[in-house]
Amino acid sequence: MSGQSSPTFGNLDWEVTPYTDLLEHVNSSTIIGAGAASVLVLGAFAGIALLTYMRWWKPLFRDWLTSADAKKIGIMYIALALVMMARGIIEGLVMRAHQATALGALDKAETGLVAPDHFAQLFSTHGTIMIFFVAMPLLIGLINFVLPQQLGARDMAFPVLNQVSLGLTAAGAGLVMVSLLIGDFGTGGWTMYPPYTGLDYSPGEGVDYWLWAILISGVGSTLTGMNFAVTIFKSRAPGMHLMRMPLFCWTSLCVAIMLIYAMPALTVSSAMLALDRYAGFHFFTNASGGNMMNYANIFWMFGHPEVYILILPAFGVFSEISSTYSGKRLYGYTSLVIASMSIAVVSFMVWLHHFFTMGQSAGVNIAFGIATMIIGIPTGVKIYDWMATMWRGRVRITAPVVYLVGFFLLFVIGGLSGIILANPSIDYQVHNTTFLVAHFHNVIIPGVLYGMLAGVHYWFPKAFGFRLDESWGRRTALLFVGGFIFTFMPLYVLGLMGLPRRSPTFQDPDFLPWMYIASFGAVLMLAALFCLLWTFWKSYRHRMSLSVPGGDPWNGSSLEWSTPAPVPEWTFASIPKVQARGDWGETKRAGDPWRAPDSYADIEMPANTAHGLIIAGMAFALGFAMVWHIWWLAALSFFAITAALIWRGMRVIEPRIIPARQVEEEDRRFREYVAGATPITRADEESERNRGVPDCSEFAG
Amino acid sequence: MSSNNGLYPGLNLGSVHDEAHQQAEATVFGFWVFLMSDLIIFGILFASYASYLNPIGMAGAPGPQALFNLKSVAIQTAFLLFGGVAYAGVSLSMKYDHGAKKLIGWLLICALLGGGFLFFEISDFIDQAAKGGKPQASGWLSSYWLLVGLHGFHVFSGIVWILAMVGQILTRGVDDVVKVRLSMLGVFWHFLDLIWVGIFSFVFLVPLA
Ligand code: HEM
Ligand SMILES: [Cu+2]
Repeated sequence: MSGQSSPTFGNLDWEVTPYTDLLEHVNSSTIIGAGAASVLVLGAFAGIALLTYMRWWKPLFRDWLTSADAKKIGIMYIALALVMMARGIIEGLVMRAHQATALGALDKAETGLVAPDHFAQLFSTHGTIMIFFVAMPLLIGLINFVLPQQLGARDMAFPVLNQVSLGLTAAGAGLVMVSLLIGDFGTGGWTMYPPYTGLDYSPGEGVDYWLWAILISGVGSTLTGMNFAVTIFKSRAPGMHLMRMPLFCWTSLCVAIMLIYAMPALTVSSAMLALDRYAGFHFFTNASGGNMMNYANIFWMFGHPEVYILILPAFGVFSEISSTYSGKRLYGYTSLVIASMSIAVVSFMVWLHHFFTMGQSAGVNIAFGIATMIIGIPTGVKIYDWMATMWRGRVRITAPVVYLVGFFLLFVIGGLSGIILANPSIDYQVHNTTFLVAHFHNVIIPGVLYGMLAGVHYWFPKAFGFRLDESWGRRTALLFVGGFIFTFMPLYVLGLMGLPRRSPTFQDPDFLPWMYIASFGAVLMLAALFCLLWTFWKSYRHRMSLSVPGGDPWNGSSLEWSTPAPVPEWTFASIPKVQARGDWGETKRAGDPWRAPDSYADIEMPANTAHGLIIAGMAFALGFAMVWHIWWLAALSFFAITAALIWRGMRVIEPRIIPARQVEEEDRRFREYVAGATPITRADEESERNRGVPDCSEFAG
Repeated sequence: MSSNNGLYPGLNLGSVHDEAHQQAEATVFGFWVFLMSDLIIFGILFASYASYLNPIGMAGAPGPQALFNLKSVAIQTAFLLFGGVAYAGVSLSMKYDHGAKKLIGWLLICALLGGGFLFFEISDFIDQAAKGGKPQASGWLSSYWLLVGLHGFHVFSGIVWILAMVGQILTRGVDDVVKVRLSMLGVFWHFLDLIWVGIFSFVFLVPLA
């Protein structure tokens, strides 16, 4: 970025790419920057070439991008998250490699693999991506896929709105991705605290990339929260009382409520910062009555509930998994419901623990410290409930169970280090050190990452009709667990030794051994990522022998296991009438669970539409134009979005009707298949004989 | 869930159409949830406003005494509240099937009253800016402009929505979907009154008291 702003291209010019830096100085930092940009460009070209070569454009557009089916939207969210996760994990490794080579001296500050400013961009994009574009899409995607099926609903309450939410999330992710090639990203960390991120100290486009990615995807997440809440309150199958819902639905409800109440705070703090930067307002500046503490408060009013938004779906997944894979009913259902709701409520009352050291009185700190420790109680209840569920069960050590056990071990450690940090006087010693970095990775990786990957493994057959390879699944899980221990346990030590977080350099050679161990761990994490991809690939190659058309590969008890795999677009041939908690399990116990419905009716499904795609494209253009001050494009895309909304409102939109005959035909075929298949026992679950038709007499959940 | 009090009798949706009612129920409920979220935004802005309302936040720039014109604020209040009352005309003509013409008439009256509100609000803003009360002058002014301006922007969006509804009535007629949307628009329009009551008392009256 240099010189004046042009009316056509705003602040864009030919010097914004990392290649300019590379031409100016050739060193490891600029090579890595240009390399990352090249990977992005080549990846995009490879994707386009592949789609063209395989003639996939049309199916991609017709079956996926324009689909309003929550299940497909869910899968697309997860695909987006996995792509972003690849970048996030690689960035983690680059940061670890940098710090391992960053021993400097007081007169030699610039050391290591990358330049300090580059390092700052790395932790900022890594944090932003991991929270907003990996964890959020993973859990929102999983909820989208699972929630309607578990509730006995055909779709979300607002299918097209759902599509728009996905589009907005993808637009935000796109902005972060584009910042690799065009311009720089902000250097203020994932929290982007002013006044450092105000115009005075951070001119340029970096912070704006963050702001627009957050504002745009934040609107998407708010709308998603509403969609989930309305679906749960209004679209349950007849007989599905709240207290009959599977626990995953309960945690989804908590997530929905928290999204509705927490996301607006993030929108407000980001919008205020944007006003400071674009229009010279004084919300958070040092001069003229600005007050950065308002940013800290508003941001964390979102931020703390956010971490429970991230963790609660994983709690839901673990509740399902612990029960199914040990063939036992979930222990303490009611206590789990109460615990989830308590966590959701209390999480709004602890935000201040993120800035104990920023000037409030000891009394205030104590109050928030105690509130924080209180959250440990319902969380502890949950851990005991899951362990009690598995106690004396017939536990099968599948990949999700490996994740679950890893979670037990590590999450408890992370939770305990959280309790330590919740004590303000201790926090004064270790705040802003890598002790904190170790703590939050210690809850977020076992929680979000293991939980969501376990969920993906568990429900994968429902989506695609074949199981994932268990051996490779277990290897992946073990690598993620082992990798975690090597990467992050050393950071506790380093933090206690006094290494501040976000340090591009340090002077104490005693840090080095721990740095090397952590780098080794980061390599393991990358290996785990490859292992995950390999699991997908290998399972895809063996999809015939892994296929489970019967649809119930794990002898489950909730409604989604009553349908074929892959699940048809309309999910249920006829909407089930729910009689009990774990209705599908009760039906199995009563005998003859696969009885066909008495009659079939036409099914109305939302028609395909490009609405979400158009809004996503325009939102991306809006964000990009604002980042680069291309005012005409910003105005144009803003009006285009408004016009698209108004235009859609004018039209009468007919649903797509699936004729009863077609439903009946497919449903009959499924039921005949099940009747002809040999039921398998638990012992055979991992073998080729598992065709998704379990031995109901063995059901004990 | 199908008990009668969950339905929307005021909407006069086809009486045979149970499904129409259920869909309407979900849609209107969703809109209430949306407003709840919006209310949080305003809540945070009110709290910020309070936090800048002190000598440090005002940083020597013109303050409430110098800038606020209560007479104009009273006029704006009248416009907005009468706009709310006028929406009753929309609801009633929808309920009793008075026909598209009356419906459009009432909608346009609402839009006009909203427009009157905006006119006075914007002239106030211009006036204040001329007296040195620009949002760039102090933290307090930033929060004042954002809070009151955001409410004004909502009113503006409400007017755009009203016009879009007029367009929908003209192109697709008063069908079930349009009726549900009109009822949501009503909720939104009254919601703006509610926020305004807060602004009127906390933003304008409290600092002058
Ligand atoms: C998979 C391997 C991962 C590695 C090797 C890794 C490594 C790192 C490193 C080196 C930092 C910078 C620490 C510092 O400031 O000194 C960091 C920060 C961070 N990481 Fe990770 N991380 C990983 C996974 C994750 C995941 C899964 C998440 C969340 C879902 C996450 C969220 C964050 C956040 C929020 C920050 C803070 C960024 C900031 O300072 O603003 N990380 N990580
Ligand atoms: Cu917190």
